[in-house]
Amino acid sequence: MRRIYMDYAATSPVKPEVLAAMKPYFNQKFGNPSSIHSFGQETRKAINEARDKVAKFLNCQPNEVVFTSGGTESDNLAIRGIALSHQNEFGFKKPHIITSMFEHHAVLHTCEDLEKMGLAEVTYIKPDREGIIHVEDVKNAIKNNTVLVSIMYVNNEIGTVQPIAEIGKMIEKLKIENCKLKIVFHTDAVQAAEYFDCDVKKLGVDMMTISAHKFGGPKGVGVLYLSKDVIIKPLQTGGLQEYSLRPGTENVAGIVGMGKAIELISLRPKSQNSKLLKLRDYFIDLVMKKIPDVKLNGTRKLRSPSNINFSFKNAEGESILLNLDQMGIAASSGSACTSGSLEPSHVLKAIGASDEDAHGAVRFTLGEDTTKEEINYVVNNLAKIIKNLRKMSPYR
Amino acid sequence: MSNILQEYSKEVMDHFLHPRNIGKIKNADGVGEVGNRRCGDVMKIYIKVKTKKEKGKNIKYIDDVKVQTLGCGAAIASASMTTEMIKGKSLEEALKVTNDKIARALGGLPRQKIHCSVLAREGIIKAIEDYQRKNK
Repeated sequence: MRRIYMDYAATSPVKPEVLAAMKPYFNQKFGNPSSIHSFGQETRKAINEARDKVAKFLNCQPNEVVFTSGGTESDNLAIRGIALSHQNEFGFKKPHIITSMFEHHAVLHTCEDLEKMGLAEVTYIKPDREGIIHVEDVKNAIKNNTVLVSIMYVNNEIGTVQPIAEIGKMIEKLKIENCKLKIVFHTDAVQAAEYFDCDVKKLGVDMMTISAHKFGGPKGVGVLYLSKDVIIKPLQTGGLQEYSLRPGTENVAGIVGMGKAIELISLRPKSQNSKLLKLRDYFIDLVMKKIPDVKLNGTRKLRSPSNINFSFKNAEGESILLNLDQMGIAASSGSACTSGSLEPSHVLKAIGASDEDAHGAVRFTLGEDTTKEEINYVVNNLAKIIKNLRKMSPYR
Repeated sequence: MSNILQEYSKEVMDHFLHPRNIGKIKNADGVGEVGNRRCGDVMKIYIKVKTKKEKGKNIKYIDDVKVQTLGCGAAIASASMTTEMIKGKSLEEALKVTNDKIARALGGLPRQKIHCSVLAREGIIKAIEDYQRKNK
């Protein structure tokens, strides 16, 4: 049966060049990078080269790149790392964190956990109905004890792009005006790395999270960019690897894969982004043409070139996905039924979607292999599925 | 996202992909609408009730049943299975179809989907109550 993958925001296939680069590091070049002998030296060299590639991509120093097990760990390291480094600093006041209501759970649940443990107070900024966080809202939330602002670069469910550089500038300006402010600015750039400029200087961020498996690298490896001016408390203790910030024998093959995958992003012609954008818009327009009573979630303008997210009236997300899966088509949903928690997508609720709209939402995310013909196939089948589900429902 | 596809039995998938007795009954004798769109699952059960003689008694039974569902795989499957389980049954027997029986007939449901079978049972009760209210 034909299989069409349109869930690139969930994960992506490892690129052949990445796999080739990784292969020697399983049983040919297998030394522990901390070993003094030649077996260790050659894997140490590989890690340094990968680190250099990441540093080049982010426009930072190699010693500002910390390798982790992925996006979730990087988010935890960033947020807990900052909060815990400020423990007891403000007397009876807790350190204050500002984040958004529609962050990935790795950020949200970490902030909620810190609140529950009495280690931080958190303000969750609401996005507007288009799915954009306003700089003014972040600015107005800043207090004397604010130590961290964490706003995602591109939202994973609706693909909307946040004003990271503007927030960075705003924070910088505030810090100049009030030298007592010690705000660290973090962005979860997991969904942004492939298509958006991640130059940390341009963005004005002090920390950034990226994850290899979203852009053709292997699962199980991520990066936390950590500006040399920022001090964090590590999550795990052990040896001296990763500047003692993330000890543990390095995932050499994974790190090599991360380096290669990130290098490939910069080697990609700029025209590829606009090609994907055209395909995305073609998908959106085709859905609106062929299927009545649909709503695009999130603004079309400030949006990832890969992301399509629609709410379909009188059809439920999991049912749509199951039917798509029967046709070999892979997509994702923010419906409660698929979340395992019976709660509809917090992202859709944050932008003001009704519960009904949240239940009927489906996300398609495209990749560099997606073709126009695949989109035609998917949308045609989607139209049939929606029609069928609506016929079965008590509503018309 | 939980791995729901790995948890759905083949009975559930069968009833989801080929749901039985879909539709509505014009001039139904009883209608039961349960769930709400806010929660994501809605079922509307229509029944046609007739009387037959059994062992000298007049037994009211469900001659026809149709259902309309808006919901996830388990909801659609539960509604479909339920119609099969009550069709031809007396009202008394239909009321004995518990959500547990529905779930078991479906080869079991994942824990967070049990409420779909509960909803289906509530649908039966509501449809029969509606009939009884109209036929006091």
